[in-house]
Amino acid sequence: MAEQSFDLIVVGGGPGGYVAAIRAAQLKMNVALVEREHLGGICLNWGCIPTKALLRSSEINHLLHHLDAYGFSASNISFDIGKIVKRSRAVAGQLSGGVKHLLRKNKVTVFDGQGKLAGIGAGGVRKVVVAKDGKPVADLVAKNVILATGARARVLPGFEPDPKRVWTYKEAMVPPTMPKSLLVIGSGAIGIEFASFYRNLGAEVTVVEVMDRVLPVEDEEISAFAKKAFEKQGMKILTSASVKSLKKGADSVTALVEQAGKTLEITVEVVISAVGIVGNFENLGLEGTKVKVEKTHVVTDGYGATGEPGVYAIGDLTGPPWLAHKASHEGVVCVEKLVGIKGVHPLDVSNIPGCTYCMPQVASVGMTEAKAKAEGREIRVGRFPYLGNGKAIALGEPEGLVKTIFDAKTGELLGAHMIGAEVTELIQGYGIAKTLETTEVELMHTVFPHPTLSEMMHESVLDAYGRAIHF
Amino acid sequence: MPINVLMPALSPTMTEGKLARWLKKEGDAVKSGQVLCEIETDKATMEVEAVDEGTLGKILVAEGAEGVKVNTPIAVILEEGEKASAITIAPAPSAAPTPTLPRDGGESPIAPNTTTSPSPVAGESRGGGMPASDGRLFASPLARRMAEQAKIDLGAIKGSGPSGRIVKADIDAALAGGSARKAPAMSPVAASAVAPTPMPVASAALAAIGPHKLIPLTTMRRVIARRLTESKQQVPHFYLTIDCEIDKLLAGRAALNAKSPEKGPGAFKLSVNDFIIKSVAVALRQVPNANASFSDEGMLIWENVDISVAVAIPGGLITPIIRRADQKGLVQISNEMKDLAARAKEGKLKPEEFQGGTFSISNLGMFGIKQFEAVINPPQGCILAIGAGEQRPVVKNGALAIATVMTCSLSVDHRVVDGVVGAEFIAAFKKIIEDPLAMLL
Repeated sequence: MAEQSFDLIVVGGGPGGYVAAIRAAQLKMNVALVEREHLGGICLNWGCIPTKALLRSSEINHLLHHLDAYGFSASNISFDIGKIVKRSRAVAGQLSGGVKHLLRKNKVTVFDGQGKLAGIGAGGVRKVVVAKDGKPVADLVAKNVILATGARARVLPGFEPDPKRVWTYKEAMVPPTMPKSLLVIGSGAIGIEFASFYRNLGAEVTVVEVMDRVLPVEDEEISAFAKKAFEKQGMKILTSASVKSLKKGADSVTALVEQAGKTLEITVEVVISAVGIVGNFENLGLEGTKVKVEKTHVVTDGYGATGEPGVYAIGDLTGPPWLAHKASHEGVVCVEKLVGIKGVHPLDVSNIPGCTYCMPQVASVGMTEAKAKAEGREIRVGRFPYLGNGKAIALGEPEGLVKTIFDAKTGELLGAHMIGAEVTELIQGYGIAKTLETTEVELMHTVFPHPTLSEMMHESVLDAYGRAIHF
Repeated sequence: MPINVLMPALSPTMTEGKLARWLKKEGDAVKSGQVLCEIETDKATMEVEAVDEGTLGKILVAEGAEGVKVNTPIAVILEEGEKASAITIAPAPSAAPTPTLPRDGGESPIAPNTTTSPSPVAGESRGGGMPASDGRLFASPLARRMAEQAKIDLGAIKGSGPSGRIVKADIDAALAGGSARKAPAMSPVAASAVAPTPMPVASAALAAIGPHKLIPLTTMRRVIARRLTESKQQVPHFYLTIDCEIDKLLAGRAALNAKSPEKGPGAFKLSVNDFIIKSVAVALRQVPNANASFSDEGMLIWENVDISVAVAIPGGLITPIIRRADQKGLVQISNEMKDLAARAKEGKLKPEEFQGGTFSISNLGMFGIKQFEAVINPPQGCILAIGAGEQRPVVKNGALAIATVMTCSLSVDHRVVDGVVGAEFIAAFKKIIEDPLAMLL
């Protein structure tokens, strides 16, 4: 097979890989992108996007059951889970097609298959072989290769997924029927979003979290707020608890859950396992290279460089946080660095926002209060509740909190933590503030439009300095 | 497309220069390799060759313009068939050229033992913060507040943010002893057009004193002024003086010179200075810690012995370098020095021939100066000042005797070389210079 030569080969077409490929094409590189399944990766096909479509449906269901509050009445409200899933798949399909178009527009050559490093060719170029179902598709060479193969759900022994009783996010996204009861193992973003989705469609949902709080990466206050809100919706939450075993029955599965030395037996229709992810580092031809893999993830420097010259890695395949927007940004940084653009900086992890689309939504950027204190900083904390915001009340969304943490000495915005309606759309305001290194002064001087939810972001800052007006 | 000719950086640290002379006129045909103009940097005059072929369409920076920033368009070359009307670039005003953005110097790794460092224009990289033409300093609000609290001058900090903006990390680095006072030459070009002059001296104020002639500052004079001011202000100098008897050296020199062929390529004439260069180099090998530079990241102990030798040239001085002088014979040192000094006087040294160097020698003996102390040439750690060799009464074994004595004073940067190390070095030097045969050991 004749070798096809490129400036850059990107293995993996998710939000890390395809963004890296497009950025490289913009910088006049001749780019090959190798994708084994769907352009857009997990994010677009089995993650961020289709779940947002599902959650939108569950939100509507929630609203339909609270019509009275807004002056409406309706009877015989029902839904068809099949249609909800179909819509979610259509959304993913549409966007995947969009990525294909973007790549074509940028003249990126896409190869359908699995890419694998295959040593070094003449002149020090990297070889990548592409195969589909065991059959060779193409032999590629390029000076540089970016690995962006992402991650998949962690599978614990005894919790192997099956389409009927034990689901990972992938099965949970395309339920054949609407389960009446579920047990969700893990209360990170993925677990909580599915718990929220199914609960809002009326399923009995129990969440088991091994840590002492839900959404354990968030600020403790937000975790506590979220737990209360979920419980109010009828979700059962067991923290500091772990699932010891699963016993599958004909129409159900029984979990043995250990909490505080006691063992509980919980029988549900379906278990969703959301206990984290593992990197897709296998079958990449990393053997015999200097690429270092630690706990399934490739070790890189701030620019995606691995120990192997000419081989880079970005996104979920590398270290945390495992977020689509982190992968995309890493892809851009990696490409710009290898092209030699001046002033390229590694990604500052403390400026990457995280969003969870449960109900109420959760969003945050930067340090938690506990982390700031653990660093020995003197801090100022501001809080503003949704209850004090006109727009929130008008929307009928009075539940929520905006919390800000400042360094008392320098006025640096160390972290912002939000829970409530639309916080995922609001958090970038603090993201910009952090990137531009504003202090409390600039935030106070910024005029926030009235009436908006964003006013709470202003008030929270004011509150940190004892100046909140509306609470 | 008309091709812009940009002001070249003739050395890694050059940020601006003087456009000394145009050798081509507008409308002249230009071939690749032909000399377009001459650029005068702080210490050398360099020729700028055309890379492209065509016609010199427009000269954007007039002859004699000073302070022309690197990368400023200085001329436009038209390719075949193009007309001057195709030139769209706004001519850069030659008197006050638009400051170009500083390069991001923060990324250059510190590379000891390479020859990047002590260049005469190294001081250029100090100061920064990228003042724009209106004097605005770009810094994040957080960086401003942190600097204010820590009483750090933002003007002394080099920004690593977008377009040279000073960000928190730069202040953190400065507080940790990083970028703000980074050993100057370690980072390439950072540039401040308006580097804060510690003490502005206005000629108007001086004019009142009496009739005078004002000689405009050359680039070299400005660099000398700034760098030596910085050296005296920032480097804690101390001085060690020792007398060296050089009768044996003079005898040895005469004997060696007698062995030179009368004429031809093998002919040589060793000077006392050649012996001094060699002796310093050998002494530095014996006391390597004196071959050092201070930086906030640590003390750099240079692996090579590269001796900068101060040479007076019209309008100032320059320090051409005898590289690896410890590994060279006296004849080679002598020949190189003659060649370097001759070309230095013509302003024809290449940047790499005077930028770098790990230790300096300044010799005013030929003017009868008995003893003096030289100003350290940063980021080098030491400079040895050589006085005249003269016959003096000395006491030997309790009796007066006559010896040829040369007084040498070492100026030392106490941050990197302590008194004992300096004393060990100068003692080693004395031992060698007084008994040149010891060099062979």
